[in-house]
Parts: sequence; C-alpha cells; structure tokens
Amino acid sequence: MNVIIVAGTPGSGKTAVLLNTVRHLKEQNKNISVVKIDCLYTEDHVRFAKTGIPTMLGLAKDMCPDHFTIFNLGEMIEFANKNHSDILIVETAGLCHRCAPYTQGSLGVCVIDATTGPNTPLKVGPFLSTADVVAITKGDIISQAEREIFRERILEMNPSCRIIETNGLTGKGSTELASCFCKPLSFDYLDEQLRHNAPFAICTLCVGEKRINKKYHRGVLRHITGVEEYVGE
Amino acid sequence: MIKSISILPGKNRAGINEKFERIDIYQGEIVGIVGPTGSGKSALIEDIEQLACSDTPTQRKILINDAVPDAGLRYDPKKKLIARLSQNMNFLADMSVEDFLKLHLKCRGKDTGLSEKVIFYANQLTGEPISKDSNLTVLSGGQSRSLMVADVAFVSDSPVVLIDEIENAGIKKHEAMKLLSGSGKIILVVTHDPLLALSTQRRIVMKNGGVEKIITTTEEESAMCVKLNQIDRDLLRLREMVRSGAVISAAEIFARNVVTAGDGF
Repeated sequence: MNVIIVAGTPGSGKTAVLLNTVRHLKEQNKNISVVKIDCLYTEDHVRFAKTGIPTMLGLAKDMCPDHFTIFNLGEMIEFANKNHSDILIVETAGLCHRCAPYTQGSLGVCVIDATTGPNTPLKVGPFLSTADVVAITKGDIISQAEREIFRERILEMNPSCRIIETNGLTGKGSTELASCFCKPLSFDYLDEQLRHNAPFAICTLCVGEKRINKKYHRGVLRHITGVEEYVGE
Repeated sequence: MIKSISILPGKNRAGINEKFERIDIYQGEIVGIVGPTGSGKSALIEDIEQLACSDTPTQRKILINDAVPDAGLRYDPKKKLIARLSQNMNFLADMSVEDFLKLHLKCRGKDTGLSEKVIFYANQLTGEPISKDSNLTVLSGGQSRSLMVADVAFVSDSPVVLIDEIENAGIKKHEAMKLLSGSGKIILVVTHDPLLALSTQRRIVMKNGGVEKIITTTEEESAMCVKLNQIDRDLLRLREMVRSGAVISAAEIFARNVVTAGDGF
C-alpha cells in the first residue's frame, strides 16, 4: 500500500486538490482510504466521504497536530488495510512551519498557496524542503512574473522536488498528481522513520504553564538574541 | 525552439469526438478562442498549458514541433513554455515596480538593466504613467495589465502566451497584441471582445466542451477591425478624460469619430 502524506498551511487548498486527485484515482479503479487530521474542527472529512471513499477523521485537540498524525499512523494504516486500499492519503492539519510529517517511505506532498507572497517558500521550512512533490495552488490569480518567482523560490528550497501547478476549482494538475500517487513506494511501519526531526525542545508551556514571566519557564529555551540555555534540574 | 504547436482532437462533454483533424499554430500567429461561458475555452487553454497527452478530461493531445513533447518539457518547471495573462491576475508582491522587475529578471537569469525597457513599453499601453518607484500593489487595473504584458514580452521569454479575457483591462489591446506577437511568440486569446477576436488570424469556436469550428478571419472582418481599434482608442482616451475630471461634450465625441452615423456597422 502506498502512503501519501499531505501537508500545507490552512486554507492553501489541500482538500480541493485532493478531491480532484481522488476522482482520477477512482476512475483508474484504485481503492483509496483518506484520513483527515485537524486541530479543533473540520468539515473536510464529509467532503471526502461524499465521494464514496472510506474516510477517517482525527482531531488533535490540545496535542500538536503533527505529533498526533505521526503517533496515530499505525491506526490509520490498520484502517486502510481493513478497507483493502492500494493508497492511503493522510491530509494533515498543516500549521507548524517547523515540522514536516513525511516519513522516508511515504510520498511527501506539500500544498502551497501562490497568493501568500514570494517569500513564503523561504518561510515554511521542512514541510516544503523535504517534500517529494510540491503542488502550487491559486496560481491563476497572480501575475505570470510572480508565478515564476514563486517557482524559482521553491526550487531554491527544494531543488529536487517535482512541482505541479494545480487548480482546485478546475482540477488542473490533478491527473499529474494522481500519477505520482500510484508510483510504487516502500512504506514499512515497523522501521519507518521521519525525514526531519520535530522541534527540539519541550518547555513548561508545552505542559500547560500559562504564566508568562521568564522565571516560570524551564526546559531548553532560546532567547531572542539567539542564546540557548537549559533551565531545570 | 518552438516552431509550432498542434492540437489533436479529444471528446466534448457529451463524449462525442471533436470535429477537426488537427489544428496547427505557427510562430508569430495569433489565434482566438471564442464561445459562451462554460463552452470549454479554459479547458482548452489548460490542455495546452499542461501539454495534454490524452490524460486530461478532454482526452486531447498537444504536439510541439510535430512531436509528442518529452517528459522533461512537460514536468520540468524551468522548461515551461507557456506564459499566461488573465483578467483575474493581480500583483500581490509588496515592493516597487523596479525591485520586482529586477527580481524577476534575476530569476530568469537576465540583465537587471532590462527593467527600464519593460517599464517604457508598459507605458505605451496605458494612459496612466507607471513609474519605477510605484508600489506594485497600488497600480490600477490598466497599469497592472500593461506591466504584465510588457513583462511577459521581455522577461518571461515563454514562446507561447495564453491570454484570458483581458478586454476590460483598460489598455491599448491592439498594441498589446502587437508587442507580444512581435517577439515571435505563438499567441492564443480567449475573448468575448470583437476587437480582440477579429484581430486574430483564426478563431476557434467552442461549444459544449468541444471545438465546434475554426473560422479564418475574412478580409472584411480585418478591415472592420481597423475601425474598431480606432473606437477602442477613443474610448480609452475618453476614459482618461473622465478620470481626470473633464466634462465631455457631444462635440468632443463626434469630432473625433468615436461614433459616426452610417459607418457601415
């Protein structure tokens, strides 16, 4: 079974692009399962379910959504296996610019909104730089010049990625994306590893501290000056 | 080097084969695409943009220089052949015209000194002067479109330009087309505008998702196009007068032949 992990900031068009792609995969008689991960609320799983494919919803609530995704991958695979799927698509919540949820043996797909400005590819970090495929959305409403600059910036961050210009409204690019989903992969849950490490520190805020004064904070901390320190026992 | 692109037929929305053998479009040629909303104009443009290979919903095939384009040409973003220009496009980058053009020129590996030439030609297409220090995001619709045309003509360098409904953009359309085709590009224009449609050499008529017919522009149409262009220029001039607070008299309009009774229309 191929495992496809899709990341991208909220509102970038992940669901719209995937719905078009899923339609092509179904035409090719592929058996697909979809898992939608979000933080607090989503209706996207209903949109997937309407296409008639088995859909699972996961809400991370107060856990980091990318950690939640990684921690629950086993259950998602079980779900897809039960459905006898050839392809499991995991759509992540996509919030953090520091994480990348892709594993070595999955296909990492980054969905990125071209209207967010030419510096976005430099800002979003590992979920762009470690992706196999980068799907650009909303390119039809910006100038050709900006599209070319955006493309160039993506290649600066990830020279070996395959760029696909997509349009969630017309379905442009979705046949190309669908063909990427079908190329053989080697995902092995037992030995599978992340491509990029998660953020390095656990701090007191992570475990519920609400007071802001510096004296209450413990853990591996980084000052705005760049100085790093460990505070604690 | 692109000498020609060819469109091979697919199916319309009813699943019926399109009624043409193939459409060959050569370097320097301007071809129109017309038809009502929902007739499949944008799908045709997207097929060309993606260099379709029976793998899009229309099942059409696109050939470059008479051959199926190789995967590199289809997928390598650096080899993209096609530039697009549409009414829905905006500049979103928050920077000056000059800085932006230099950034684009740098991306394309070109001399950043070219930016002055781009601004000069953009100014030939609009009545509202663009300065190099203007911020991109505050440009008017007409200024933006003019700059996009000049940028596509001199910076993007793509041999094929797809133009999507730029009729209401407030720019000198005829001059814009000349600027683009002058640099030896293949131009496809999706339009509802008679001036743009008649200034092409041929136009593809779309219906129900498929190519319905191909019309070669007649001599009569070409002659009419010259008059339409005059009307278009006059309207543009009036537009600038209205914008700058002038009161327009009937004499002003008729003296300049904007509307001439019994002109054969």
